[in-house]
Amino acid sequence: MPIDLEILGPEKLLLSRPVDMVVIPSAEGDMGVLPNHAPMIVLLRGGTIRLYQGETVTDRLFVSGGFAEVTTQRVTVLADEVIPVADLSVAEGERRVAAAQAEYEAAGKPGVPAEDALLDRILSAGAMLEAAKAN
Amino acid sequence: MPSLKALRGRIASVKSTQKITSAMKMVAASKLRRAQAQAEAARPYAQRMERMLASLAAGVTVHPTSPKLLAGTGRSQIHLLIPVTGDRGLAGAFNASIGRLTRTIARRLESEGKTVKIYAVGRKGRDYLRREFPDNIVGDVSYVGRKSIGFADASAIAARVITMLDAGEFDVCTVVYNRFQSVISQVPTEMQLVPTPLPAAQESDGTGPRAFIDSEPDEEAVLARLLPQNLAVQIYRAQLESAAGFFGSQMTAMDNATRNAGDMIKRLTLNYNRARQANITRELIEIISGAEAV
Repeated sequence: MPIDLEILGPEKLLLSRPVDMVVIPSAEGDMGVLPNHAPMIVLLRGGTIRLYQGETVTDRLFVSGGFAEVTTQRVTVLADEVIPVADLSVAEGERRVAAAQAEYEAAGKPGVPAEDALLDRILSAGAMLEAAKAN
Repeated sequence: MPSLKALRGRIASVKSTQKITSAMKMVAASKLRRAQAQAEAARPYAQRMERMLASLAAGVTVHPTSPKLLAGTGRSQIHLLIPVTGDRGLAGAFNASIGRLTRTIARRLESEGKTVKIYAVGRKGRDYLRREFPDNIVGDVSYVGRKSIGFADASAIAARVITMLDAGEFDVCTVVYNRFQSVISQVPTEMQLVPTPLPAAQESDGTGPRAFIDSEPDEEAVLARLLPQNLAVQIYRAQLESAAGFFGSQMTAMDNATRNAGDMIKRLTLNYNRARQANITRELIEIISGAEAV
């Protein structure tokens, strides 16, 4: 029995189709979701969403962060940004890591209110670079 | 009675104005379709986000230590108004009605002894409010020359709002925009952004009591991320509706202008023909009476 997967960006619906299993990059580690999963709301870190058809991975999508709502029949991913892993480039990943780090340095001392968000941006950019390199 | 030549000149000038307005109407119509499609595409994300917020809100009680976006600052002394207007004119009362509503709200708040700050989105609103409230404008943003706005633009505004909130520069934030009701009707609306009004938890759909929803890492952490994103989504929605409304309003205005120009051409043509016939008649009378006198 498949589970309905929806991936949405702020500007449009990106993907909506049933899959056998989906692995989402939750803030606390990758999380595989099968049908009849307990309802959850999950914070996402930067990482790769993997769509499974049977035992094989059909699609790999990089998300830079966002949220996911899991119910027994449905997974809804509200992503900040979605890029198919095949389209990632190492150069872009490096550029983002550098930009995020520069922004973090510019923000100054730890403890500023936005620190967590800035750290997350560095991690997300790093994850993007990793995913691009693994290509 | 203006001369025939002057009338001919006016008819030609009104005709070329009519050509321009009717072309602008066509352009507005096609831009309206694009703006509507963009607003349509953004809707699912906003709906899902509202659903998530509603189910999280069911498990969270608002207390003074909650995120500021949710609980506010505990006061309502300083109000930040965000009027959303177009960057261009020739759209009927579209920009003026936002300016007027913003002015009414600001005057009301001031008479209650509150402080008003204005962050103007859109060039026309900024120009109008800068004349009315030169000291209250804290910032502005416009998209002159841009084809369409993206989510990144809304995010930038949201980030600015959050920075101001963290710095304690305002207590309540309200956006004023034209809600897109239909192509011919845009309703100036005020919508409170901060403190975030929580959507009511959805009714259970008859499958028994609402299932317990777990959050990871925990509700507070998810809310801390969801609220800023929700702010950006609300601003984005207001901007998109405003953009669609702008073209709708412009289309209506240009349609009226084209019709008015048509009426004017008819009237001028009638006057022109009358004057022409009067001339001919006068000349004939002169010839005939001249011949009779001989």
